[in-house]
Amino acid sequence: MARIEIDGQSYDVQDGDNLLSSCLSLGLDLPYFCWHPAMGSAGACRQCAIIQYKDAEDQRGRLVMACMTPVKEAMRISIDAEQARQFRSDNIELLMTNHPHDCPVCEEGGECHLQDMTVMTGHTFRRYRGRKRTHNNQNLGPFINHEMNRCIACYRCVRFYDEYAGGKDLQVLGMHNNVYFGRFEDGALENEFSGNLVEVCPTGVFTDKTFSARYTRKWDLQTAPSICIHCSLGCNTAPGERYGELRRIINRYHGEINGYFLCDRGRFGYGFVNSQKRIVMPGIKGQTETTAEIAENHFRNLLKYAKSVIGIGSPRASLEANFALRSLVGEANFFLGLEDAEHTLLNAIVEILFNGGIRSPSLRETEQADAVLIMGEDVTHSAPRLALSLRQAVRNASFDMAHKMHIPLWQDAAIRQLGPIRSPLFIASICSTRLDDVATGTYQGSPDDIARFGFAIAHCLDESAAEPVDLSEDEKSLARSIAKALKQAQRPLIVSGTSCLSVAVIQAAYNVAKALPAQDKQLTFTLPECNSLGLAIMNGRPLQQAFDSINDGLADTVVILENDLYRRASHQSVDGFLEKAAHVVVIDNLENQTVGRAELVLPAATFAESEGTLVNNEGRAQRYFPVYPAADPIRGSWQWLTRLENSQWRHHHALTAACASAFPYLAAIVHAAPQTDNIIKGSKIPRQPHRYSGRTAMHANIKVSEPGQPQDMETPFAFSMEGAMAHVQPALLPVIWAPGWNSNQAINKFQQETGGHLRDGDAGARLIKPSGSHLPWFGHIPPAFEPEPGLWRIMSLPHIFGSEELSLQSTPLAERLPDLCVLLNPQDAESLGVDPGDPIEICDPARNFLLKFPVNIEKTLPRGLLGITAGRPEFQPLKFLDQVTLNKANPEQQPNSEAPL
Amino acid sequence: MKEPIEKPDFEGLSLAEIREIKAGMSHYEDKTAASIEALKIIQKHRRWVSDECLVAVAELLEMSSAQLEGVATFYNLIYRQPVGKTVIHYCNSVTCWMLGAEDISERLCRYLNVELGEISADGEYTVLPIVCLGACDHAPVVLVGDKLKLDVTENAVNEIFGR
Repeated sequence: MARIEIDGQSYDVQDGDNLLSSCLSLGLDLPYFCWHPAMGSAGACRQCAIIQYKDAEDQRGRLVMACMTPVKEAMRISIDAEQARQFRSDNIELLMTNHPHDCPVCEEGGECHLQDMTVMTGHTFRRYRGRKRTHNNQNLGPFINHEMNRCIACYRCVRFYDEYAGGKDLQVLGMHNNVYFGRFEDGALENEFSGNLVEVCPTGVFTDKTFSARYTRKWDLQTAPSICIHCSLGCNTAPGERYGELRRIINRYHGEINGYFLCDRGRFGYGFVNSQKRIVMPGIKGQTETTAEIAENHFRNLLKYAKSVIGIGSPRASLEANFALRSLVGEANFFLGLEDAEHTLLNAIVEILFNGGIRSPSLRETEQADAVLIMGEDVTHSAPRLALSLRQAVRNASFDMAHKMHIPLWQDAAIRQLGPIRSPLFIASICSTRLDDVATGTYQGSPDDIARFGFAIAHCLDESAAEPVDLSEDEKSLARSIAKALKQAQRPLIVSGTSCLSVAVIQAAYNVAKALPAQDKQLTFTLPECNSLGLAIMNGRPLQQAFDSINDGLADTVVILENDLYRRASHQSVDGFLEKAAHVVVIDNLENQTVGRAELVLPAATFAESEGTLVNNEGRAQRYFPVYPAADPIRGSWQWLTRLENSQWRHHHALTAACASAFPYLAAIVHAAPQTDNIIKGSKIPRQPHRYSGRTAMHANIKVSEPGQPQDMETPFAFSMEGAMAHVQPALLPVIWAPGWNSNQAINKFQQETGGHLRDGDAGARLIKPSGSHLPWFGHIPPAFEPEPGLWRIMSLPHIFGSEELSLQSTPLAERLPDLCVLLNPQDAESLGVDPGDPIEICDPARNFLLKFPVNIEKTLPRGLLGITAGRPEFQPLKFLDQVTLNKANPEQQPNSEAPL
Repeated sequence: MKEPIEKPDFEGLSLAEIREIKAGMSHYEDKTAASIEALKIIQKHRRWVSDECLVAVAELLEMSSAQLEGVATFYNLIYRQPVGKTVIHYCNSVTCWMLGAEDISERLCRYLNVELGEISADGEYTVLPIVCLGACDHAPVVLVGDKLKLDVTENAVNEIFGR
């Protein structure tokens, strides 16, 4: 710590930090543009000028940029000195010369950092009367609007997009007074984190195109703390609603998980909530009109008269909904709804996480790793936000170097000048990944080969670990060099996951982690869905056994919770199962094939209209809250399941508590968020900002008298502007706002220190406590994969926009779907005589035709494998690891357009 | 899905250009370091850098087109639009501007019957502004091709075109 004097007051601040960051941490207002807590200082905008005095006697001082000046003991500075104020005011006046007067039609208006800073410096009158430079805007794809005239050239966009996120297609073009931040030509931004530009840009150059379609000012949106449901990482989000529609999603700061950034799937994948495919009314087969009451009665009767009822849970439903179903049907009749391979895999992961004795890190912790091995994942596609963290982890070597050279870590440009010094990152995967550009070494192989390679690394680290036989010399030497790099690391990290659908890969990853000598080692797994881990902890039976129990006549009625079984098992087996079951009840929010087969359909609320607890891949339980009330008769799944008759649980918190006491591993979920509904002297937290407008008028077209606000009996939040905002812990704030700080940058006011943890702690409760014990070595090493002539194995490769069930139903994402094609190794393609784009017939080994798709060549895909996009309905007949045969298909029959008349 | 396989060899560049650029690349550890040189090589052969050439050079240097465009548009002497055989750069920085740079530019344009950036009808000349040429003591100055004209007066046309 250092003691410094700011405008005559003494403060203790962090030694070595820069003055801007220190001043903001102290809660002082100092305007800035180019500095960003996650990206450090650039010194480009000259906005954070202050006066620094030589010593106690110095009256004059000199202007310095706070963001570029390190804190020193006994330093004397002034923010308020007239010269500093004048400089800042003049500076913003210059930055603003070209800025259009379009705030009323600008979507940044009301949450604009440039507006806030302009008001803060007191520049309220434009003296410049000259022409403004203008630019042509580009079409940057379905996610982002481009309005370059508003640019103040702070360079934050390219520093984030290129330097932080690794995107190469957005750059700064031009020079001096005519710089342009854009692409070489129109086209969708390629990087998977492009949506963060919306929040990184201090003004309205980059805005959310999906929000534009149905735009609302920040202050008119109703918001509640939420959790992203599009992958297993559990990033925190702040969805905004108006008129019963989900309008947008922005980042909600979490000091341990997502920090300031989300991936594009998390930000733009929300459209399914408003989709035409939403189930808005209950349905009973054969009846045209159904009300909630009739549906509920029907449900009640089905349960009452059933011979035996089984329940199928879901990894995309909350713990509470799954637990309510489990309680309704009984433990013995509860099935997790996962097909065997995934079920086994998740069980293996639960065992390793809870009893393996190796810490599963938060995303912030993964960024600290000084050596990383990824086994079997293309994390950009399977757990996107993690890829952004790992991209920062490889910078640790240059941070260490900077530290040795006494360069402060926030001196971003200086550190980047050190050159491409990277911490080791090794990636073993099925084919090339989006992180290969920063990898030290890569290995491509089938899942079995990846596992074998992992076992080999573990054996190099510790000879008591099992050793695979018959590895090639190349594989051995790469394994040795990876082992050497991992051995030298102090904070090594092993990343694996479910993408390979291989227990051997998981076990090999554990062996490597176990074999590492470092104390501070970490092991993390990426999982398929938002509550995969929570569901697996619940210990139900696999899906196939549910099929068996109906097919064997042990049960006749099935309740399916938020689970499209056609995505999990073969068409044939699901068809057979649903036909055999006398009564099928489905609770879900979107129409799908399973819903189509149900006798009774109950409309379920989405994450945006309901509450629940999810467990992320790290083992952190987090609660999401309804942003707005579900439109009647839609209800939360847990409500359909608990409001039958004489249910034990009237309220959500009672259900959470019961779930916690039923499973020792879930005991801590009650601490995931405050339980009581009146947390501040009987007042609730308002979901609507104090400037929320139009409440009395929004329903006037239906009825002139203002209806009462809907009551929320389940959460600490109110669907209202009224309530208590003071003393709310920041992790529970629906909207981040502070006086004078209307943009998301107001988060400074709610952190323990800028870029650090939230005051009063980040949200959620970690369920995994280090056990201290270890599991024994895993020794089941699969044989090497040998391509069989004429046969290919299906590899389902995750894709950020193509694989996740719910975001697939969101319109803007549809434009970014990968091409519908299958991937082949070039030699395989040659042997089949197909060129890129040629159609190919995919048949089962008995030569029954399955599908026909064009081929794309992937150099890094091993021979004997056929890559498809995981989770795309078009590929449904193909399951991971299936064997298929391939034939060059005849080109499409051209319609005979030149037929003679 | 993954990117399609690579395009044919650097479409749009001549073999001579590719050879020269590759020779330039060999001087650096990082291929992208040769980007300015590569653009100058293209200009030596074609006077300016077309979109097509830029994309091809970017591919050759293994950088994105946007990154190379960032380099190309940063430098005054890299032309992204067609120019005449000789480019006349008049300095419009402070000293030259005070001593009549705008007047000189107008005279030259009027004489050649062009707007700034246009090519004269005979294909010979283009007039463009440039930042300080480092000869403020002889302001105003004009760079004609690679020759610096000092102390240019209102007789700029005579002094530059010799008539």
